[in-house]
Amino acid sequence: MRVTFNVNGEDVSADNVWPGESLLYVLRERLGLPGSKNACEQGECGSCTVYFDGETACSCMIAAGQAQGRQVRTVEGLAQGHGKGTDERPLGAVQEAFVEAGAVQCGFCTPGLLVQTDDLLERTVGARGQAPDDAEIREALAGNLCRCTGYEKIIDAVHLAAERRAQAGSGA
Amino acid sequence: MEFLSPSTLEEALEAKHAHPDGVPIMGGTDVMVELNFDKRRPQTLIDLSRVPELAESGPEQGRIRLGAGVSYTRIVDGLGTSAPALAKASRTVASPQIRNRGTVGGNLGGASPAGDTHPALLATDAVVELASVRGRRTVPAREFYLSLRETACREDELITAVLLPEPTGPQQFAKIGTRNSMVIAVTSFSLALDPHTRTVGTGLGAAAPTPVRAETAEEFLAAEFDWENGSNLSEATVRRFGDLVASAARPIDDQRGSAEYRKHALAVMARRALSWSVTDYRKGATRCA
Repeated sequence: MRVTFNVNGEDVSADNVWPGESLLYVLRERLGLPGSKNACEQGECGSCTVYFDGETACSCMIAAGQAQGRQVRTVEGLAQGHGKGTDERPLGAVQEAFVEAGAVQCGFCTPGLLVQTDDLLERTVGARGQAPDDAEIREALAGNLCRCTGYEKIIDAVHLAAERRAQAGSGA
Repeated sequence: MEFLSPSTLEEALEAKHAHPDGVPIMGGTDVMVELNFDKRRPQTLIDLSRVPELAESGPEQGRIRLGAGVSYTRIVDGLGTSAPALAKASRTVASPQIRNRGTVGGNLGGASPAGDTHPALLATDAVVELASVRGRRTVPAREFYLSLRETACREDELITAVLLPEPTGPQQFAKIGTRNSMVIAVTSFSLALDPHTRTVGTGLGAAAPTPVRAETAEEFLAAEFDWENGSNLSEATVRRFGDLVASAARPIDDQRGSAEYRKHALAVMARRALSWSVTDYRKGATRCA
């Protein structure tokens, strides 16, 4: 089957899609968007997290055909500006914060954490102008497993990104 | 494999009629795992995510009609006061990403004995709505689970909604796992007190081949409870209630816990849920809902 949807602002199509394959597979293997990572394929690890019609979801648990006509935003779409990849484009604020806080070790879980953090900041700083506290951060990221960092630096990174977003908001 | 994308309920029912072995998919949180791991190769997938009626919820004749495809996130956000036990159970499902996709319809369709919503549906005497090209019918949740992963849903039927009675008293849900998130219940328990009928509802998860009630415990508590004032129960009564709940369980030993531990945990959760409910009952906050 052919599946057409919008990813990171661009309409894309994939042909010869097997109906039982996941959106994750379509993104990585058919559309050349390897940012979303394939680790557990059962929704346990969160490393394939994408925005699906504005809500975060594990792309390994969305059937390819369910993406037809939908809006998908992957980690590649968090960088500033438009386009398929992140090369040559400045990182987004959440990405910068992860780099600065040392929240990345092997990096495999990072794309999922970035998307989920972006969503958390949208729902907290963005929606109510208030940064999330530790408990809220831990809850929001509960479905994203990291086997390297012990999470502390990730939480630091989320605080840093939230602070900056709040400042940018109040200064605007 | 064929992928069908009905855009109305009528089309979906036609599809299920034409493909009785077709697997309905909504949030995909169970079905896609089976496909990804090659545990299942259905001839047909019937995608229900484009059927608007399934994603709707609202009051209907004194109950809440919750479309089978409403996500847990929306249940947590919207049904905290109108369906407290179900909202509490939904809050414990997996992670935010999974709650954005998973649905009560999927929980009922999969009918895992550990499914998070079953105890709440049993305790609150919810009703499952099923539809086929032959028409619609309703089955009480208390008659829905037949045997391990087998339900009253016939092969040409789709689960379209659950009907949730208006809460008249306290409703609780508790779940045991190794952490707060991303766990399949070791065991779970839900309790609902109904001061109008002076009856007690219970639901036990991961405690038997199907979700079950503890009917003897319900009758015991209904007789012992001070429905007038909600005064504190004696320690012996609370303990007896916990023991009766545990004795309704027929759990197994598996990698998540032993049968003995499950029974112990059920008694503890039952006692806690009862003490929370007594406190709530006296506050009366939910009684005038």
